[in-house]
Amino acid sequence: MAKPRHIMEFERPLIELERQLEELRQLDLADNVELSAEIDALAAQIEQLHHETYKHLSPWDRVQIARHPQRPKTQHYVETLFDDVVELHGDRAFGDDEAMFAGLATLDGRRVAVLGHRKGTNTKENIRRNFGSPHPEGFRKAMRVMELAEKFGLPVVSFLDTAGASPGLEDEERGQAWAIAESLAKLSGLKVPVVVVGIGEGGSGGALAIGFGDRLIMLENAYYSVISPEMCAQILYKDASQAETASSCLRMTAADLVGLGVVDEIVSEPLGGAQTAPDQVFEAVRESVNRALLELEAVDAAVLVARRYEKLRAIGEYCSLDE
Amino acid sequence: MSITDWFSARETKRYTQVADRRVAAPAGSDVPDGVWVKCDGCKRTIYEGELVENGRVCSACGHHFDLTAPQRIELLADEDSFVEFGADLAPCDPLSFVAAKPYGAQLIAATEKSGLPEAVVIGRARIAEQPIVLAVMDFRFIGASMGSVVGEKIARAFETATAERLPIVIVTASGGARMQEGMLSLMQMAKTSAAARQHADAGLVYISVLTNPTYGGVTASFAVLGDVIFAEPGAMIGFAGPKLVEQTTRQKLPKGFQTSESLLEHGMIDGIVARGELGSRIASVIGYLKPVEARAVANGGGF
Repeated sequence: MAKPRHIMEFERPLIELERQLEELRQLDLADNVELSAEIDALAAQIEQLHHETYKHLSPWDRVQIARHPQRPKTQHYVETLFDDVVELHGDRAFGDDEAMFAGLATLDGRRVAVLGHRKGTNTKENIRRNFGSPHPEGFRKAMRVMELAEKFGLPVVSFLDTAGASPGLEDEERGQAWAIAESLAKLSGLKVPVVVVGIGEGGSGGALAIGFGDRLIMLENAYYSVISPEMCAQILYKDASQAETASSCLRMTAADLVGLGVVDEIVSEPLGGAQTAPDQVFEAVRESVNRALLELEAVDAAVLVARRYEKLRAIGEYCSLDE
Repeated sequence: MSITDWFSARETKRYTQVADRRVAAPAGSDVPDGVWVKCDGCKRTIYEGELVENGRVCSACGHHFDLTAPQRIELLADEDSFVEFGADLAPCDPLSFVAAKPYGAQLIAATEKSGLPEAVVIGRARIAEQPIVLAVMDFRFIGASMGSVVGEKIARAFETATAERLPIVIVTASGGARMQEGMLSLMQMAKTSAAARQHADAGLVYISVLTNPTYGGVTASFAVLGDVIFAEPGAMIGFAGPKLVEQTTRQKLPKGFQTSESLLEHGMIDGIVARGELGSRIASVIGYLKPVEARAVANGGGF
């Protein structure tokens, strides 16, 4: 049996019309009643609504697309874009975190190190991978592979797709904050190019730990935020169901973040989201990453690190009381 | 992870200053109301003057009341040694964040309440006559959350210390990243960590002092990147707030969870230092961890 279609909130009016159209068609067949005019009218209405629905997505609609269960995930990018993938496991201290992918791979003939948050494609996988929320050992594995990349002069390509770092009891006891902070410090001074691709969710510190570099590319419907819209709503309105409002306040979409100077480039998605035509998205990401790597590998390591610092230094807005 | 989350936790010791705990004079006392304070630790009623004299630490039970940034600087830095810089930096409202409470109004209220333009004060100072750069966070200002200005000032503090080859001491207290500045706030975690790394790469020492409460994006960035990390007794320190951890874990949290004492036990900090000892302990560490070229000179050229 085919998987039932995952319906996002904003698609409901469209789905309802599609259901009505299907009923009309059944009626048309069964009763020999001439309904073709009605059917054509409804089909046209659906086409128009389809276009309007997906062309004017609110931040909250995009959050739902970013979380769509059929949306391509890190492992799909790794499988599709790269050849000769060698996955590397473990942090050499505590364990192997399946919520974090790390490995070596070849992208169109170029050797790179790959990092990425890894969600599952089904419940069983998701439980093993903690729904893509890394534990401290995940970030420590990522750091180990960053060091490896630096030692052997490989650029780092990092895929972001996490609701956030795991906030459990054991995560606290094993130093979740320490792991993230150390990863930030390491990434900031890494003497190889770092290209980041936001493919889905970009949740807070858990995303940032592998989520900044020399080029930050984001898919059109991906988000990147300081806090989840639900938690923001909980704080602002004591009501997580106000997440839709919070998602607009937070300015977390790719387009918003280009405006704030955080994101460098947006990769557009097919109408309705990456899950409707994944191959098209893989190709667009391949092209963007390749272009970034080609530019960055020509830059001297010291200049690269200095520019990365300057780029970070420039993010933020404030005023001076002296002026 | 967030201030509210932190505040709503039932079992958590709340952020309280001496001024928040003023009570009526004990029966039969000649000293009037308004100068008596009830201790959060032992519940005794203490004369405020005595408490202030003792660094706002209860002399009966050792409970450390929380400090404002000016109070901390006065206690920690050598007398009249602190010279502030970056004092002109003030927050704006880059996202025009209007929710239940507009951010702009919150900023005005925070400034009025604290008398500070933002949640961190930075400057040059001396501790036991040794020159340092000192940064102190002030929880009264929107929970000392880190937005653009806090990130910028912490980065400038590191950069000044790097340029002048000085040790840096940062006293933290924070609810985490400031959500009202969205991704600009999150990126301050990367900015401050990068600045800390440059200071470290220059061979200079960074001493971090974690105080009650330090959470979220501040813990998960510059706060824990110190060469040496101290914490005050009984401080609450963590990544996610206890309520969120409890929800995630679906079990009751162990007693003392996320306290300095528990962090020490789990190997996350170098030591717990009582307020009265903090200055001399910092001075000792700075004395040991001199940059290599300075050490060669101090030891008469040899090691």
